[in-house]
Amino acid sequence: MTKKQKKNLGRIIVAAFLLIVLALVETKGATKAALYAVPYLVVGYDILLKAMKGIKNRRPMDESLLMVIATLGAFALAVYDEETGGEGDYREAVAVMLFYQIGEWFQSYAVGRSRQNIADLMDIRPDYANVEEDGRLVKIGPDEVEIGTLIVVQPGEKIPLDGVVEEGNSALNTAALTGESLPRDVKPGDEVLSGCISLSGLLKIRTTKEFDESTAAKILDIVENASSAKSQSEHFITRFARVYTPAVVFSALLLAIIPPLARLLALGAAPEWGTWGYRALTFLVISCPCALVISIPLSFFAGLGAASRAGILIKGSNYLEALAGVKTVVMDKTGTLTRGVFDVDAVHPEKIADTAMDILHLAAHVERYSTHPIASSLREAYPHEKDDCTVEDVTEIAGQGIKAKVNGQTVYVGNDKLMESIGAKWHPCTREGATIHVALGSEYIGHIIIADVIKPGAKGALLSLKQKGVNRLVMLTGDMKKVAAKVAAELGIDEYQSELLPADKVTALEKILAASKGEKYLSLENLILAVKGRHETVKAKTAFVGDGINDAPVLARADVGIAMGAMGSDAAIEAADVVLMDDNPGKIAVAIGIAQRCMTIVKQNIYFAVGVKFACLALGAIGLANMWLAIFADVGVMVLAILNAMRLLWQE
Amino acid sequence: MKKTYKIEVDCANCANLMEEAAKKTEGVKDATVNFMTLKMKVEFAEGADPSEVMPRVRANCKKVEDDCEIYC
Repeated sequence: MTKKQKKNLGRIIVAAFLLIVLALVETKGATKAALYAVPYLVVGYDILLKAMKGIKNRRPMDESLLMVIATLGAFALAVYDEETGGEGDYREAVAVMLFYQIGEWFQSYAVGRSRQNIADLMDIRPDYANVEEDGRLVKIGPDEVEIGTLIVVQPGEKIPLDGVVEEGNSALNTAALTGESLPRDVKPGDEVLSGCISLSGLLKIRTTKEFDESTAAKILDIVENASSAKSQSEHFITRFARVYTPAVVFSALLLAIIPPLARLLALGAAPEWGTWGYRALTFLVISCPCALVISIPLSFFAGLGAASRAGILIKGSNYLEALAGVKTVVMDKTGTLTRGVFDVDAVHPEKIADTAMDILHLAAHVERYSTHPIASSLREAYPHEKDDCTVEDVTEIAGQGIKAKVNGQTVYVGNDKLMESIGAKWHPCTREGATIHVALGSEYIGHIIIADVIKPGAKGALLSLKQKGVNRLVMLTGDMKKVAAKVAAELGIDEYQSELLPADKVTALEKILAASKGEKYLSLENLILAVKGRHETVKAKTAFVGDGINDAPVLARADVGIAMGAMGSDAAIEAADVVLMDDNPGKIAVAIGIAQRCMTIVKQNIYFAVGVKFACLALGAIGLANMWLAIFADVGVMVLAILNAMRLLWQE
Repeated sequence: MKKTYKIEVDCANCANLMEEAAKKTEGVKDATVNFMTLKMKVEFAEGADPSEVMPRVRANCKKVEDDCEIYC
């Protein structure tokens, strides 16, 4: 609680206590009015001061001024009532001011708390870096550390800057970055990102980036600027509040004047100025727009917070809104649905006597010194490459493959052409992927299929996308048609386009974008809106998901550009609207799910707040709602809207 | 030129009023107030000096909501 909140809470308690005491004391006349004025002033003096400033600044719609008019009016009516022989209910004026202040206090407290909660979730800012100086560890600010400095990270500390481990092993908690709770083991030579927490061992890290360029700083930048881009719902409620208060104040005026005059002139009945005046004052209490306005940005903020806890960075509440309406998801293949690295998919020995391991064994040895990406996947597939076999006379045959002597025998590893040139009896394989033939001398012993492997969670990810209401999945790839068809079939994607250059992907996406707007786009209603330059009625959104390599222009072109596994790729972070911090395709559906939940809560809050306000106005106009109900409704709506928004953070 | 300032304000509608007041200030091209992060982002007009414009922004915001503060 801040100092101001403590002070205001004190005032509220004192005033409430005085009000209860006064209710028990029997008083009359001027003494009674004077006594009730004490708690009123205790709880409302600052509102009175603000109201006066409102008059000075010529702001008739000032919230404080309206509250003061309403409560002083109620006070005056009580005096008038007592003069004319009634009870004189002073409590109402004091109570309305009291509850108004309770509402303000709660708003300030709840918002402060949720702000803190969400800030804690995103707390990845490193405070210091340990640098060794003359054999002692010195703590310095992370922004003072230059590239190439050796920093020390002790167990339990946050890694302050991106770098490479030089010494030590540890398990890293990457939850703050990726939302992944499983610790990641690192050893010398591994790249580490700032914002992770080292759990077990002491690490010495050679920094590779300055603080401003580090992952933690970049993520903080996105998070801090996130809610500045406002959503349609926020614009709507702001516009609504702008019209709402003057409209209600104006109707209050009409309510105070017209019905009594009508009764007097048309019906010839008593005008009942007091009754109608009271109803008008009730209107003024209802005219306060805060409960409406607070709930929407708070809901979006909670949504952004919930997303970032799951390792999903969303660049603004407008994208959260767009994400909830995604019906078409266009995906890049390599790196998004597949791992983007080549792995041994199958090994087919030619003769029964050879096992798959024998073939891999020979191939791995021949490729021992090669730097080709396929060579490293072959070496990885055979776990004991560094055994005591001898590998000599390694010769690379350009465009064909490699030959080498393994334990004295010549082994050829390469493509069809190599097999032809040595006269080995090779045959093509029916499996998709790159085929690597292996021959011992001139005898063909089998082949290895190397292919880009589908990510383990990809199929489930697409299924959950469909459950989230996505009705069209499209895969775009620069890869060959054969490969694309196989991946599409395996994942159950019905639409794909292959052999696309990066520029073709933009064109392909544009076609999909136009199609998803479809016939609806040509309706008269949308045409009018289009002429006005507004396109927001078109509800279905198209998202593009890519790994950020080569597809920055496509990311930028889509309604929602989602970059995955993009930590470290600047262009992707820049171009994307949503950044998934790890490369798990399942996070796409998680992001859409959070967005949809957030929008449901936003809509609930809008309908609820506006509905209760209008109900109170209607009841107030016919005299069924008094000021008590009006202020309770206002504070109650606010409390419920705030609690409703916070649900986003409680749900897992 | 764009600059971000820390602000202090208690109610959401007051934040919206501050945003409007800041937008109307001379020398300000555009302004957004983010109530949730308590930040005001000001885009200054061409050639405007922030240190000269910001006191005016602050004064205008004080007019619509006395109980606010901009730390600049």
